[in-house]
Amino acid sequence: MDLVALLAIQVLYAVASLALISVGLAIIFGMMRVINLAHGEFLMLGGYAAIVATSHGISIWISMLIVAPIVVGLIGVIVERTIIRFLYGRMIDTMLATWGLSLFLVGLTTAIFGNTTVGISAPLGSFQIGAYRTSAYTLFVIAVAAVVLGVIFAVLRWTRLGLIARGTMQNANMAAALGVNPPLVYAVTFGIGAALSGLAGAVLAPVSGVFPTIGVAYVAKSFITVIGGGAAILSGTVSASVLFGTINQIATFATTPVFGEVALLAAAIVLIRLLPQGITGRFFRRGL
Amino acid sequence: MNLRSLNVLGLALVAVIGVAFMVLTPRLVELDTMLDLTVYMIMAVLALSLALIWGYGGILCFGQSAFFGLGAYTYAIAMFNMGESTLPILLAVALPAGFAAVLGYFMFYGRISDVYLGVITLTVTLILFNSINSTAGPEFHIGSARLGGFNGIPGIPPLNFPGNKNAAIDLEGMFYLATASLLATYFGLRLLLASQFGRVIVGIRENERRAELLGYDPRAYKLATFTIGGALAGFAGCLFANWGNFVSPTIFGLAQSAQIIIWVIVGGRGTLIGPIIGCIGIQWLSAALGANQPSGGSDWWSKIFANAPLILGVILVAFVLLVPKGLVPTLADFAQSLLRALRRRAKRRFEPQQAE
Repeated sequence: MDLVALLAIQVLYAVASLALISVGLAIIFGMMRVINLAHGEFLMLGGYAAIVATSHGISIWISMLIVAPIVVGLIGVIVERTIIRFLYGRMIDTMLATWGLSLFLVGLTTAIFGNTTVGISAPLGSFQIGAYRTSAYTLFVIAVAAVVLGVIFAVLRWTRLGLIARGTMQNANMAAALGVNPPLVYAVTFGIGAALSGLAGAVLAPVSGVFPTIGVAYVAKSFITVIGGGAAILSGTVSASVLFGTINQIATFATTPVFGEVALLAAAIVLIRLLPQGITGRFFRRGL
Repeated sequence: MNLRSLNVLGLALVAVIGVAFMVLTPRLVELDTMLDLTVYMIMAVLALSLALIWGYGGILCFGQSAFFGLGAYTYAIAMFNMGESTLPILLAVALPAGFAAVLGYFMFYGRISDVYLGVITLTVTLILFNSINSTAGPEFHIGSARLGGFNGIPGIPPLNFPGNKNAAIDLEGMFYLATASLLATYFGLRLLLASQFGRVIVGIRENERRAELLGYDPRAYKLATFTIGGALAGFAGCLFANWGNFVSPTIFGLAQSAQIIIWVIVGGRGTLIGPIIGCIGIQWLSAALGANQPSGGSDWWSKIFANAPLILGVILVAFVLLVPKGLVPTLADFAQSLLRALRRRAKRRFEPQQAE
């Protein structure tokens, strides 16, 4: 029974962290049809931002939940203004340019911080489930993911910003004809997507540590989550996270973490073959 | 001079330069330079494999290094088990080709779009990287070859002349082999692209729907192109494992995949000579900047310039934004417009009265 509870928490954690690392990408991809291959590096920058802020005496909560998203969000806006905006409608070129950006950011952070892992210890200690102990930080990550998804849902569903965003997503030309300024919407969207990635990177930094090439560990997983999810931002991300996170965690539990990752990626490839439009191309079509 | 004779002239030029390079280099340069040149030639074969499937086939494969690495690993493992290199070479070509065929079947017959194709190939590369990386323990072995995990496989036996185990190919022989392979690949691909098959794949790249309506099955043609590209990359990997006598999982890494893409982008999609130039140029540049030293210095110069990802990243972004066609097509366009302008001027000079 304790083992089941522990496993449930682990599965929930895997799902939550997948959703967390993917949601920034999902927003950028879903709204702008831009595939940001520097997504992993945005997460990495979030981690560094949190660690640097913490080492300058800022409370770890503030640096994770406020400093990191703001820093990475600003970087996102700069990237959108200097690179991405020239490439709208050229999907392949955007992928290549953001891949270049990703290499550049890896090189830059290596030059600044060195090629070593830095970490902050996870706050909150641990708690007991029957015979097992597990980190309370796990629950915090799950809570953050739930709050982030809830806020995104609320914003998209009930605010004017969300209305404009959904309108632009469905038909950018029509939105422009109705007086919306698409370049502004895109810049803001990219910034928000980057900020969410920064938040995710910062929240996961105490778990994984941060090093310049950590983006690689994230990028494939978040991509297949977004692509496996399909067109709808929220229901797609959540459903794909649930599917892949569960597969990953169960395979990890049964074998090794590495095989867990391999099982996740292999499942994704099979899924894309079966449902080329992603999960929301077939199910939950009316979701956000 | 018409286009056809220009084409023949170009081919003849490449052949003459290539053969002269192959014959003269070992007599003119030091051994270490020749070793560097050998790896440039091997990587150029790899660049050509992507030039075929992306530049001509229009298939954006982000994981060309998967086939390259698979070729290298296959050769290494087969070599430890057999000791004679004829069969390992064939396996190092056949296995990546087979893998490409299976993967390609999934992707092309699933009719997934270009973008997803890029992501899937990337994911597959990462799967291979992760799996091989985690095989460090002694329990992971194939026959008598230990996989070695992140440590890689050292001391791979060199190639030998077919059938004779003891006649190993020396460093100079390796250079000849690599250069000859590059030339053979180049001319082979030129031949392939001039054939009906080549014209169909270019047609599919230009307009897949139209090609399909004309009765060609794009899926089969793409699959064939992808498989040929995989085989070529595997062959390059086999040569590479031979060159360094060593293979490690970084060969599957994203950095390696990105480099291949950068060679093709810099040189130019839709040409064969461009990716070769891009490949050699970029590798020469990273060597010249000192980016290949693993430890690197601690001063700012080496932190910025001897920093392969940083430099490659800047190059990739700059080319996508500023020279999206790549060097060779851009220069060709430039030369053509220059030629046209000169011709116009000459015409004006000779016929001033009519112009008035």
